[in-house]
Order: sequence, then C-alpha cells, then structure tokens
Amino acid sequence: MNDSLTVTQQSRATSAPSDVAPAIVSVTNLTKTYASGHQALKPIDLEIRRGEIFALLGPNGAGKTTLISIICGLVNPSGGTVLADGHDIVRDYRAARERIGLVPQELTSDAFESVWNTVSFSRGLFGKPADPAHIERVLKDLALWDKRNDKLITLSGGMKRRVLIAKALSHEPRILFLDEPTAGVDVELRRDMWNVVRRLREAGVTIILTTHYIEEAEEMADRIGVINKGEIILVREKRELMRQLGRKQMTLQLQQPLAAIPASLADYPLELAEDGLELVYSYDSQQQQTGITGLLNAVSATGIEVKDLHTRQSSLEDIFVNLVKERQ
Amino acid sequence: MNLTAVRAIYRFEMARARRTLLQSVVSPVLSTSLYFVVFGGAIGSRISEIQGISYGAFIVPGLIMLMLLTQSVSNASFAIFFPKFSGTIYELLSAPISHFEIVLGYVGAAATKSIILGLLILATASLFVPLQIAHPLWMLLFLVLTAMTFSLLGFIIGIWADNFEKLQLVPLLVITPLTFLGGTFYSIDMLPPIWQTLTLANPVVYLVSGFRWSFFGISDVSLVASLGMILLFLGLCLAIVAWIFRTGYRIRP
Ligand SMILES: Nc1ncnc2c1ncn2[C@@H]1O[C@H](COP(=O)(O)OP(=O)(O)O)[C@@H](O)[C@H]1O
Ligand SMILES: [Mg+2]
Repeated sequence: MNDSLTVTQQSRATSAPSDVAPAIVSVTNLTKTYASGHQALKPIDLEIRRGEIFALLGPNGAGKTTLISIICGLVNPSGGTVLADGHDIVRDYRAARERIGLVPQELTSDAFESVWNTVSFSRGLFGKPADPAHIERVLKDLALWDKRNDKLITLSGGMKRRVLIAKALSHEPRILFLDEPTAGVDVELRRDMWNVVRRLREAGVTIILTTHYIEEAEEMADRIGVINKGEIILVREKRELMRQLGRKQMTLQLQQPLAAIPASLADYPLELAEDGLELVYSYDSQQQQTGITGLLNAVSATGIEVKDLHTRQSSLEDIFVNLVKERQ
Repeated sequence: MNLTAVRAIYRFEMARARRTLLQSVVSPVLSTSLYFVVFGGAIGSRISEIQGISYGAFIVPGLIMLMLLTQSVSNASFAIFFPKFSGTIYELLSAPISHFEIVLGYVGAAATKSIILGLLILATASLFVPLQIAHPLWMLLFLVLTAMTFSLLGFIIGIWADNFEKLQLVPLLVITPLTFLGGTFYSIDMLPPIWQTLTLANPVVYLVSGFRWSFFGISDVSLVASLGMILLFLGLCLAIVAWIFRTGYRIRP
C-alpha cells in the first residue's frame, strides 16, 4: 500500500516537472518586426527548463533563427523580454550572454586562422581565462584534435561545422543553442554531435535546437515546440505528443486490385492506395476498441483476399504536417 | 570591463597583421620611402627651402600623415568589414562585451599598427634626409590622436560599407585627395589667396600643420587650431560610433 503510494507520487513528480523546475530561459511577449516591415515573431511566450533538450520545430521562414538570434544578442527585439538564467538579455546582457553558446545556422569562419587559435579566441571573447586543457578536451570530443593546426580554409564543410560547435563550447556555456545543426552534415558528424549533446546534457547543460528534420527532434528532444509563421503553436513533452497525437495506420495489401471501396466497408475510415492494391485503415491506438477485428471480419466476408498486412505508428512528421495544415 | 575580450580582439587583429606583414608593413614603408628618394634626393635639391627647411625634410611630416590616415582607415575598416562580410561577426555580437570594448579592441589594434608604421617611416626617412624633432612629445601626441581618430573613421566606414567597392572608395576618393591638398607637399601660404582660404576647410591641413610644427616649429595654422580640430574630429567619430551601436545600424537588425 505504502509502496504503491510512493510510486504514484514519484511518477507524478517526474511527469509534471514544469511546476517544479524553474525555467532557465523564459521568453515573455517577445515580438520582432524587421525594418522591412515583416513581422517575423508574433508575441511569443516560451519557457525552457533547466537541463532539458528542447527542439524548436518549424518550416523554413517560421522564425526559428530570429527567435534564437534575439536570445543570443544578434538581433534587437521589437518588444517583450527574455531572461536567461534570470538575467535580462538586454539590461543585463553580460551575465546573460556569458551563459550562452551559439552554433549558428550559416557556416562562417576566419579562413586564415588555425583551428586552435579560433577556438581559443572564442573563449577569450567570452571573458574566460585561457584554459588549454579545456580547449584540448573540446577538440578531442569533436574529432578536431588532429586538425588543430590546420587553417580553417583547408577544412571541409563538416569539419567547419565541428569548429563552430567547438567555438560555442569553448567558454563552457550553461545554455547551448544549435540552429539547424545537422542541415547538410554527414552521418559521422551527426553521430558525433549527438554524442556530444548527450554528454553535455548529462553535465547539466540545457540544449535548444532548431530543425525542420522531424527525426532529429524525435530522436533527441525531451520537449518539442512547434513554431509556424512567427507563432508558437504548441509546446509538449515529446512522449506525450507522440502518444496524444500518435495515430496508427494498418495497411492491407490485396491480391486483386479494387476499383472502389465496397459498400460493406463504408463504415470504416479507409483509403484506397497503390492503384487499388492497398487498403489503409487509420485508427487511434489509445482507444479501447480499435475496430480491427470488425474490419478484418468484414473484409473476409466481402471476399477480399489479403496478401499481407502491417501497421505503422504515425511519426512526428505526420503530426507536424497535420498541425500546420490545421492552422492554414 | 571585459578586458580579456578586448585583449582577445586586439591580439587577433595584431596576429592578422603579422601574417600579412608584407602587405601591411613592408609595402607602405617601401612606397613612402620612394617619395623621400624622389623628392628628398632627386628633385628636392632643385626646390628651394621652405621657411629655412630643405624640401626633403619639409615633406616628411606630411608624408607620415598621409600614410597614417590611409593606413588607419583601411586597417580599421577592413578589420570590421570582413567579419560582417564573412558572417563571423555573429560571435562578436553574442559575446558578453560592450560596444565600447569592441571598438577598443578593433580601433586599438588598427591605431597601434599605424603608429608602428608611422614610426618606421620616420626611421626610414631619417636615412634619406637630415631630420630634427623639436617637440617629440607633441609629435607622439599628434601621431596617437590622428591614428585613433582615423581608425575610428575606418571602423565607421567598415560598418557602413556593404561591398568591397564602397570599402575602397572612401580612402581613394576622400582621404587621399584631402591629404594631397592638405599641405603635405607645400606650405599653404605658397597658394593663391583664394585657395588659402578654401583650404582651411580641409581638416587634414590642421593635422599636417600641427604635426609639422612638432618637427620644425613652423606651422600654417596655430597649434591650438590643430589640436582643436583633431579633438573635434575625434569627438565626432565617437558620436557616430555610439549612434551606430545604439541603433544597431547595419550590424544588428
Ligand atoms: N534581417 C532580416 N530582415 C528582414 N527579414 C528577415 C530578416 N531575417 C529574417 N527575415 C524574415 O523573417 C522570417 C523568419 O526568418 P527566420 O527566423 O530565419 O526563419 P527560420 O529560421 O525559421 O527559417 C522570414 O520570412 C525571413 O525572410
Ligand atoms: Mg533558420
């Protein structure tokens, strides 16, 4: 009895940390209208929890980079406030920025600098005393150690991206922003990068990444925010999101093509695909009655021969596409 | 004050100069020396003395000024234009440093480079023409103030310019003509009266005059006017830089 009570309490505590953990980044009423008149951010409210990996998901032009750029100090906000670890990013910019590392979306580098110098420079720029041991660790983690004396201009795109990450980590930030970190990078770098991200998370670093690759958010994030046309339209635990919105599909592959869905199956939400060779049934896997038995009975009663059958959990991608579609 | 950051920027810029030693030091020193050879030796001996000073010596302060102005402007403008152009400026903008510290790092490095250059040219000049420096401390003061002011001007140009043409246009179309017409090669009382008046609108006249006074004790305009002019110009550049950072002009949308 006591045991089960403890378990419930624990699970409640872990499933609703939003009431407990104070936000490390809190964005209130933030807006941005560029000089061109384009409103890139409608009033935005967002709280990032300490130590989490937060994925900001949205199509191109949604305002992801703008939001990150404001928090990091590259773009002036038009209105609203942002606190980073309790420090206002405008009034108390030194304390705020000290804690933040940024890996920008665009690949940029000082062509004629060496890897070692450019990464050490970053640390100095953030006001931290030189620490060759730390720089060495960062370069080794990112497989850059062998290249430390190479000039940046001689590096490949993937290597340059690693250098940008090393620069961002050089001053030991508590909050790390990764803007489209895996856009156009090879598998090896992706793997190394996620290893670094995991290790950072274990060390208590909060990570905010933007992406329009849904698999990335699905793989890495604790929570997901969806932004579209300058508005945050949803913020949810990844698991909860997958569970709540996750729909399943069952696909029946048929022996003979159907011209249309037979009247006897009209009660089921079915779609005909692959030139009539596939029947796709969508259902909610959380429901008591999925309707699968009834459907299969009806199918065989109608005399349709089924060659094969498989089910598929809808991915974040489907969820995302649906969300954005609903909004339009 | 984030001195570590200022030092990081300063060192970064000085390292860049060392890497491009040929272009940033050897070439300006060499090209200025050619003036001394031509005007100090070859032609200079046929030109009469100006206010008791041989022509070769007379032009030395003006030529150092010419180098100081063009090099300060081009050093500082390139230093800030390039990160803007390549995108690496993102790091500068996201760092916990004040605008003042950014300017201090970049302008400090650019000014240091042109001061070193000025002294090198001075040393080279003394090989070709007999020189005396009447007021060495004033000479250094003018050198430092001018290098700082025009490095600030360069910083402003580097932020304003959105392509390489504009970056080179200002030094070419403004600084060089103003310096050539600013009494580098002549004393302004050698000009027709109307030009004497017009030329007083050229700020470089005051710089060259004051600088030359620190060498030979002769000047076209009063020392106070020279000093006042450079301080005025310094104040103006500082005000523009402050405005740039307050509004985010061309760096922070
Ligand atoms: N400096 C700028 N000036 C004017 N409009 C801009 C600027 N930067 C971005 N935008 C516009 O703001 C919108 C959001 O851009 P961005 O934040 O880069 O989106 P995302 O990173 O989600 O792709 C886009 O429509 C983009 O064209
Ligand atoms: Mg973007």
